[in-house]
Amino acid sequence: MTEEIIIAGFGGQGVLSMGQILCYSGVMQEKEVSWMPSYGPEMRGGTANCTAIISDEQISSPVLTKYDTAIVLNQPSMDKFEDAVKPGGLLIYERNGMTRKPRRTDINIASIGAYDASVKMNNTKVFNMIVIGGFLKIRPILEMENVIRGLEKVLPERYHHLIPLNEEAIRKGMEIIDFEHKLN
Amino acid sequence: MKELRLMKGNEALAEAAIRAGADAYFGYPITPQSEVIEYLMANRPEDRTGMVVLQAESEIAAINMIYGAAGCGKKAITSSSSPGISLKQEGLSYIAGAELPCVVVNVVRGGPGLGTIQPSQSDYFQSVKGGGHGDYKLIVLAPNSVQEIVDFTKLAFELAFKYRNPVMIQSDGIIGQMMEKVELYEQMQRTENDYDWATTGRKEGKSATFVTSLQLQAEEQEKVNLKLQAKYREIEKNEVLFEQHLCDDAEYLLTAFGSCARITRKAMEMAREKGIKVGLLRPQTLYPFPVEAFNKIAPQLKGILCVEMNAGQMVEDVKLAVNGKTKVEHFGRFGGMIPSPDEILNALEQKIIGG
Repeated sequence: MTEEIIIAGFGGQGVLSMGQILCYSGVMQEKEVSWMPSYGPEMRGGTANCTAIISDEQISSPVLTKYDTAIVLNQPSMDKFEDAVKPGGLLIYERNGMTRKPRRTDINIASIGAYDASVKMNNTKVFNMIVIGGFLKIRPILEMENVIRGLEKVLPERYHHLIPLNEEAIRKGMEIIDFEHKLN
Repeated sequence: MKELRLMKGNEALAEAAIRAGADAYFGYPITPQSEVIEYLMANRPEDRTGMVVLQAESEIAAINMIYGAAGCGKKAITSSSSPGISLKQEGLSYIAGAELPCVVVNVVRGGPGLGTIQPSQSDYFQSVKGGGHGDYKLIVLAPNSVQEIVDFTKLAFELAFKYRNPVMIQSDGIIGQMMEKVELYEQMQRTENDYDWATTGRKEGKSATFVTSLQLQAEEQEKVNLKLQAKYREIEKNEVLFEQHLCDDAEYLLTAFGSCARITRKAMEMAREKGIKVGLLRPQTLYPFPVEAFNKIAPQLKGILCVEMNAGQMVEDVKLAVNGKTKVEHFGRFGGMIPSPDEILNALEQKIIGG
């Protein structure tokens, strides 16, 4: 198993930490992992992205141009990465703020209303955890217990009381993600 | 038990320096290297081991602080990125001339000039051929993973003190910024060594110790040079490190160092899937260069593609090493651009197999 993921969105949406949480969870599940952020001018306002790779085997390149999964959280990111999904791969997008639907017909497409769900949960900070939940529903590459252990590693101890809230957000994401286009 | 963590290359470097028992870090922030000093400041090594961490007023100040600490026999390390490393060159030449040990890390970004903050390998010539003046050499280590950053930090201090020579760790924006699993070694104690060359105060009955890179008489300066050259021959004999993948049956060879070797390895895997018999030779030490390894494999090859994130630097050393025994071509992206595995495979097919 090798899952090559690009996560992209606005700075502040938690894009970089989503990748870190997936990678730390991968470490907990004894996978090989690699995380590479965009750190160029784009992270100083505007869009941010990171590449997360989780694999059973040694990872050669940490930098990729084609991905198994693209998780895009704003329109510029969809414009940039829709074409970078491998045929047969997966595109997940956040519905809030998008001005068009994806065009590809040779990939699986799912959408999630994570922002609205986070508002309903009274905590927009768990937005990215809801998206992670949606991703893990479709690509169950990591066990929930390892994701929780990953969170324990990523979050400083003073925030550990928030882990149950994050778990709730992941489960919410698993509930609300919908396929828009599914290959056979 | 060894400790497993997920760390950025820059943070891992900082932690590795503390654990290697470094006495001092002097540096100045610059992207994409700033996490080194950030991590050191936040982790307060002065409380853990007594290690000194200081943000100098400039890169030039930092390298001269290193010169001073090294002159006292201390394990000192500094880091910067390309433009900052250029500022350190005068200091490096002096430290090499005075035969002092230290570790310098270059998290390379695109140049020339202020350039860009994205990853590059365009400082190969500067590191390997000597960016400062005079006939000197740095030992140059080129890690390709966060784990190797950690392992090479320890190795760099060992080599620096073994040869009393500055050691350069050539990282780049990818290795510095990416996170990977890393196994950390246990904390090593800082040690109070009383080296006879260190200027730690004149003891009773002993003559004065001098640290200098100045000789007024040309005859004396030539002796210094001869001694340095003899040392470099020893280093070339003993300290070459490289890695080979699938080279036994290889008809073609890809070669690359650092982060670029990771991308090139992916290209090699793709080429193998297409049935192309290609191997990968990755120099881990850029100086001393694995001349013998290239020379040995050259006769079985139909060609070598040297992949670099620069306009063609290591390729010159590869050509010297194979000495005309096989065709050598270069493929590069530069100015902060990263080659894709597809581009590399394409270059292999165009320039070497079809060329």
